[in-house]
Amino acid sequence: MLSDVTSFASLAPAYPELLLAVGAIVVLLVSLFWKGISSTAVSIVAIVLLLVVLAMLLLQPATGVLFNGVFIVDGFARYMKALVLGGAAATLLISLSSAKEHGIDKFEYAVLVLLATLGMMIMVSANDLMTLYIGLELQSLALYVVAAMKREDKKATEAGIKYFVLGALSSGMLLYGASLVYGFTGTTQIDQIVTAITLDSRSIGLIFGMVFLLAGIAFKISAVPFHMWTPDVYEGAPTPVTAFFAAAPKVAAMALFIRVSTVSFAPITHDWQQIVIFLSIASMVLAAFAAIGQNNLKRLLAYSSIGHVGFALVGLSAGTQVGVEGVAVYMAIYIAMTVGIFACVLALRTENGPVETITELAGLAQKRPFVAAVIAILMFSLIGLPPLAGFFAKWQVFLAAVEQNLFLLAVIGVLASAVSAFYYLRIVKVMYFDEPVAEFAAVPGELNVVMAGIGFLIVAYFVTVGSPLTAAAQLAAGSLF
Amino acid sequence: MIFSDHLLTVITFLPTLGALLLLFVGGRDEAANRLARYIALGVTVVTAALSLWLWYKFDPTNTGFQFVENYGWSDSIGYRMGVDGISVLFIPLTAVLMPAVILSSFGSITKRVKEYLIVFLILETFMIGAFATLDLAMFYVFFEGTLIPMFLIIGIWGGARRIQATYKFFFYSFTGTVLMLIAIMAMFWQADTLDIQKLLAFKFPPELQTWLWIGFFASFAVKMPMWPFHRWLPEAHVEAPTGGSVILAAILLKLGGYGFIRFSISMFPDASHQFANFVFVLSIAAIIITSLVALVQTDIKKLIAYSSVAHMGFVTMGIFTGNIYGIHGAIFQMISHGIVSAALFFCVGVVYDRMHTREIDAYGGLVSPMPRYAVVFMVFTMANVGLPGTSGFVGEFLTMLAAFQANTWVAFFAAFGVILSAAYALWLYRRVIFGAFTKESLKGILDLDRREAIVLVPLVLLTILFGFYPAPILDATAASVNLVAENFANAIGAAPQAVAAATGH
Repeated sequence: MLSDVTSFASLAPAYPELLLAVGAIVVLLVSLFWKGISSTAVSIVAIVLLLVVLAMLLLQPATGVLFNGVFIVDGFARYMKALVLGGAAATLLISLSSAKEHGIDKFEYAVLVLLATLGMMIMVSANDLMTLYIGLELQSLALYVVAAMKREDKKATEAGIKYFVLGALSSGMLLYGASLVYGFTGTTQIDQIVTAITLDSRSIGLIFGMVFLLAGIAFKISAVPFHMWTPDVYEGAPTPVTAFFAAAPKVAAMALFIRVSTVSFAPITHDWQQIVIFLSIASMVLAAFAAIGQNNLKRLLAYSSIGHVGFALVGLSAGTQVGVEGVAVYMAIYIAMTVGIFACVLALRTENGPVETITELAGLAQKRPFVAAVIAILMFSLIGLPPLAGFFAKWQVFLAAVEQNLFLLAVIGVLASAVSAFYYLRIVKVMYFDEPVAEFAAVPGELNVVMAGIGFLIVAYFVTVGSPLTAAAQLAAGSLF
Repeated sequence: MIFSDHLLTVITFLPTLGALLLLFVGGRDEAANRLARYIALGVTVVTAALSLWLWYKFDPTNTGFQFVENYGWSDSIGYRMGVDGISVLFIPLTAVLMPAVILSSFGSITKRVKEYLIVFLILETFMIGAFATLDLAMFYVFFEGTLIPMFLIIGIWGGARRIQATYKFFFYSFTGTVLMLIAIMAMFWQADTLDIQKLLAFKFPPELQTWLWIGFFASFAVKMPMWPFHRWLPEAHVEAPTGGSVILAAILLKLGGYGFIRFSISMFPDASHQFANFVFVLSIAAIIITSLVALVQTDIKKLIAYSSVAHMGFVTMGIFTGNIYGIHGAIFQMISHGIVSAALFFCVGVVYDRMHTREIDAYGGLVSPMPRYAVVFMVFTMANVGLPGTSGFVGEFLTMLAAFQANTWVAFFAAFGVILSAAYALWLYRRVIFGAFTKESLKGILDLDRREAIVLVPLVLLTILFGFYPAPILDATAASVNLVAENFANAIGAAPQAVAAATGH
């Protein structure tokens, strides 16, 4: 087969990936041979690199299919990649000040984050089950190492091993599913699977393959019942790493989920819809109840992220363009809220070290009113209370579900959000209603900026970014249908 | 840009601007608190003045929406504002009570003053916005948005059992409201718009109406609150600070009644007709049962809270008769109750600030040390009873009249509510104000000071004014109420005949 890459210019759609790959390797080599370079400097270079790639992505609207159809850049891919890059850069930024304390003050951390981000971008752009796997593994392998980066810490090591074992299992399932799909359709290319299905009516083997494939991806977005690793890994990994896990990889895996289900399995929408509805309900309900008993902040946030994946899947359950648009908006707002909340968590430390439990937040509103206010806004937004951004996220996905008359799903969803309000409000209660017990250290400047920025966007969502974001999401979703 | 074209936007968001301004007031010392208080007072007074201007400029003969602003945002949600006779009066009610609430907090709120004022100002924006918006999704935004400030008000500045109270308040309201959200979305896909003006003209199929009605009922019945969804209210009232209780009773409950008129009756007339008897039963239950419960309360605030539930029973009863008197009476009753219950909670606040107890037994014989207070309290007690000559009478009378027309038995049972309200209210008055002034702890209690008088005297005047001369309220609402009642009658017109034909009458 002849390559479709005839000149360097024809690679234009893949420029961001190429730049990121080359950049990551250069950063790795330079850091390796330049003894004494500080890890903070490497992180800043990595942030700048991510932002340059992001700018490149936004400014250069090249779309197309490359490398004989295995790599696709469309509106949807660009939207999701922008979220991934933004999330990765923001999480690197908020971990700058506490890297040493969390044992990730090594230059490898930034490099691995860059490589993981590259993997995510390939996942988002995957148009072939093989590219999909390559991207996924590049991301996962980098993340396994990052999770266990704090080597001398037992919990972190345990988290790394758990993540690796379960992640490998899920990759195996995904590969098995991919092989079945290939066997029954004769192709691995996502947009050609569709035609194969239409020609040859759905066979049980294909459904089997699809189930395994989606189960493998469900592991990566940590939807119930494939969520077991999430609370342990979130708790065990160093907090900046947890922040990274909760933000960018979720978006990339969700993008993959959407592309595989809506593009390649479009003719059997009804079949995967059932799976998504089940994953969605199970995630929303389990997370809402399981989080109530948590006192560890990171475990709570783990369950919260499981719940939010459930809510995002409500949009996908609809199986329509409106639904995908809803998920796209949801993921953008989710990433902002996640970065915001981790910025707050990283900003808080008492004389006993970083804040890990909810009870330690007692009386924060009187000691650090600004941080407390931002956390409260984020909590109300995570509940989905208007006029905060979280409400508009939920509005979009539930609107799509109601359009398809999925009333049961919608009612269970909103009731689950009422239950989840219980644990989010507990944090507000502890901060605002209880009396302070500890003193909190001063907050690093860049975290203040991140918190203020995100707090403002969440509050003023409706009058600021709301309209353009919805328009962008609409454009992105439109490119899939 | 002409100012009066954006009057509703200005009134709605002026308090938020005030809240933003307060963010820049630095320091936590007494001087900073004073400055914050005066800024908040100034902002609310200006808002109140503008809202009265709105009432003045409002054309009562026009049945349509006035002061309309309409901007699209996304396909679904838009920024739309406008008022008609149903909603116009709630805006001055809210805006006029706010300065009183701010003023009453001057002496009683001493910790986290700035935060207190900020959440109240934000709450004012949400409340006015809910009445003024003409977009269903924005209505939801404002309606549900009130939960955030109220949760904080009860939780931070509340009494000893405040946490349980605020959680209960939040979960009752939130659970009810999210079901309404689903109904709103279903309406959007059915009618392809969220513009309330267009939705009012849209005919929803009767089967769908039933479900939509239930979704909205879940939200408004909790907000109102209707028996048996009222369990959150007594606790929230008791634990909330005075200002919180006032806003809760005077404005937030009215959101439920407003919603019933604007949405349930106007958009789902068939379902409303179908469920009317169900609502009547709950209303009667509220009127009688909660009045009886009020009789045995030992806590003043709790007693007034239960009496609120009973009075709201008259409102729901009036609304679902669907006739002109009923809806007219319900709106009047809501405005009147807004003034009277607010005043009663202020009155409780006055003695609470002095004695720090709400137990009825702790008081007695207050008439001798506090004669002015006794007079003021008496006016509001009488208004609460529904004595002719006070504003409380007009609403009860009209709703009973309407109920009599709709179903004699409903009116018969509702009349018990009037008797029972006289029983608990007068008994409360006797125990607190009359009797021997012997309690040692009460020695040295002071009468109303100037600040408290400034809060209460205008409310006394309004109560009596509207009792003798209800025209300002009735005139402003008449045209729109006629329209609502007419549309309701037209929509269900076919149904009673069909029933009559089937049963052979």
